[in-house]
Amino acid sequence: MDLVFVIIVEMLYAVASLVLISAGLAIVFGMMKIINLAHGEFMMMGGYVTITAVTLGANVFVAMLIIAPLVVGLIGLVVERLVIRHLYGRLVDTMLATWGLSLFFIGLATMIFGNTTTGISTPISGFTVGNYQVNGYNFFIILVSIVLLGLMYAVLKGTRLGLIARGAMQLPDMAAALGYSPERIYMATFFCGSALSGLAGAILAPLVGLVPTSGGAYIAKAFITVIAGGPSLIAGLMASSGLFGFISQIFTFAVSPVMGEVALLLAAVVLLRLLPQGVTGKFFRGRL
Amino acid sequence: MSINRRHFLASAAAATGAVMLPRAVMAADTIKLGSVLDVSGIFDAYGKPMDTALRLAVSQINAAGGLLGQQVEVVGYDTQSDMALYSQYAQQLVREDKVDVVHGGILSASREAIRQTLHKNKTLYFYNVLYEGGVCDRNIFINGVTPAQQAEALVPYAMGKSGKKVYIVAADYNYGQITARWLQKFVADNGGETVGVDFFPLDVSDFGSTIAKIQTAGPDLVIAPLVGGAHLSFFRQWAAAGMKDRIALASTTLGVGNEHKVLTAEEGNGIMVAYNYSQELDTPENVAFKEAWVAAGGEAGGMHELAVSNYHGVLTWAEGVRIAGTLDRDAVVDALETGVSITGPGGKVTVDPQTHHAILDVHLMEFENQGMKVVETLPQRQPIDTQAVCDLGANPDDNTQYEIQI
Repeated sequence: MDLVFVIIVEMLYAVASLVLISAGLAIVFGMMKIINLAHGEFMMMGGYVTITAVTLGANVFVAMLIIAPLVVGLIGLVVERLVIRHLYGRLVDTMLATWGLSLFFIGLATMIFGNTTTGISTPISGFTVGNYQVNGYNFFIILVSIVLLGLMYAVLKGTRLGLIARGAMQLPDMAAALGYSPERIYMATFFCGSALSGLAGAILAPLVGLVPTSGGAYIAKAFITVIAGGPSLIAGLMASSGLFGFISQIFTFAVSPVMGEVALLLAAVVLLRLLPQGVTGKFFRGRL
Repeated sequence: MSINRRHFLASAAAATGAVMLPRAVMAADTIKLGSVLDVSGIFDAYGKPMDTALRLAVSQINAAGGLLGQQVEVVGYDTQSDMALYSQYAQQLVREDKVDVVHGGILSASREAIRQTLHKNKTLYFYNVLYEGGVCDRNIFINGVTPAQQAEALVPYAMGKSGKKVYIVAADYNYGQITARWLQKFVADNGGETVGVDFFPLDVSDFGSTIAKIQTAGPDLVIAPLVGGAHLSFFRQWAAAGMKDRIALASTTLGVGNEHKVLTAEEGNGIMVAYNYSQELDTPENVAFKEAWVAAGGEAGGMHELAVSNYHGVLTWAEGVRIAGTLDRDAVVDALETGVSITGPGGKVTVDPQTHHAILDVHLMEFENQGMKVVETLPQRQPIDTQAVCDLGANPDDNTQYEIQI
């Protein structure tokens, strides 16, 4: 019974971390159609911002939940102004430009922080479930991703800003005709996407040893999750994260962690063969 | 005078000879020590201190009057953590720089990339890194710890402090695979039982489910030959799950790149390791070494196992040259095969004539407040894993890396 509970927690944690890793990309790629290959590096920077802030004396939760998203969001804003805004609608060109950006950020982080592993310890201690010890931080990650999904839904569905953003992504000309500047909407959206990437990096930072090349570990999973999710932003994110997290954890427990990764990738291949438009291309159509 | 081809070739050869002459004369003035290390890139945490240690050893040799009345000059190349550059720079060291000895290589892949070039060109090679064991080649001298030296000491100690049931989590490449096999052997030899073995690719950084799985198996001890920055997460997540006080933890790799200084004291305290070197070793050689290190511009507290191995390597080579009285490769190898020993910061290091590996002190240590506290020193351990497969005395032309069968 304890074991079942532990496995369920690990599964929810796997799903939650996929949601976190992919949320920023879902906005930048899913909504704006920018193939952001520097997504992993935005996460890496979120991690470094957190670690720097904590060593400078900031509270770890403030650093993770406020400072890191803000700083990375601002970096994203600069990137958008300098590079991305010239490339809207040019899918392949954004790929090339953001790949260059990712190399640039890796170099920059190496220059500033050195090519060594750094990290902070987790702020929440583990606790006991029957005969098992569970990492308390898992619950924090699960909680954050639930709140994140809720907030995204509320903003996009419930507020005028969200409506305008969604409208501008679908028909920029119409949005412009109604008096909204698509350029400023894009800018704000990219800021949000970058901030979410920074948040993800910050929250995962205490669990990993951070190096400037850490971003590479996330980028593939993020893209797979977003693409398999399909056109609906939140429903897609939840569906594909849930599916992949579930499958990879089943195989991790049953066989080995390596097989868990293999199963995740295999599931993605099969899924995209059967549903080329992603899960929400067929199910939950028209949902947000 | 008409220039025909034969005439041209003859004069060109003469001119080349003339150009080369002063170079050959110059080469006699200094002894050239080649070094290839990853001083930048993802392995620089290993390579930079190794480079500092090598230059420190050479400057100390020179300050003491050099070797054979000549100064030693370092010809160093930075391989930038790129395996392709190793073979390129090895060629350069052999052909262009005509060095008398090469020290270097960090990962096993880098060693294998240059070993054959140096073997073919009869250039003496020192590989000064802890590795998986089994290389049998008369041209190479290795003074890092091998798995058997480590595991033979670590396993009984760690089991004695915890219990008989052991779980192994290892890096998924030759080092981790071979080390895991050795660990299982020593666990069995000490009357224990291996209840699980898991391998992880070098980029895996999420160990949550593994930690749950380990608890299902319920071992008394976990041994972790994990490698690199991503795997450092295991020790973090282990502590975060509150496992540290429930199941004992030992590692064969944690700390060689000073990882214990990256983990916090709460995360690291109590992890058991066995190496040839700890900064906390209280010997006159180590005290002198640490002072010289800082005086030479090295980062205080930046020296680690691999740096000290590299330092030992240069000292061993210098001792061989002194005994041989010449730089001739065969004479130096013969001299080293007499069982030369030096005493460095990690203790006494003796060349094993049979395998060209090192007989050295292994220190059992525990992490304590981001340091490695020496609990017990096992003097002069033999490289028994490589000795089982390699005998260069009986078979001097051997040139293989043996996969050890257990």
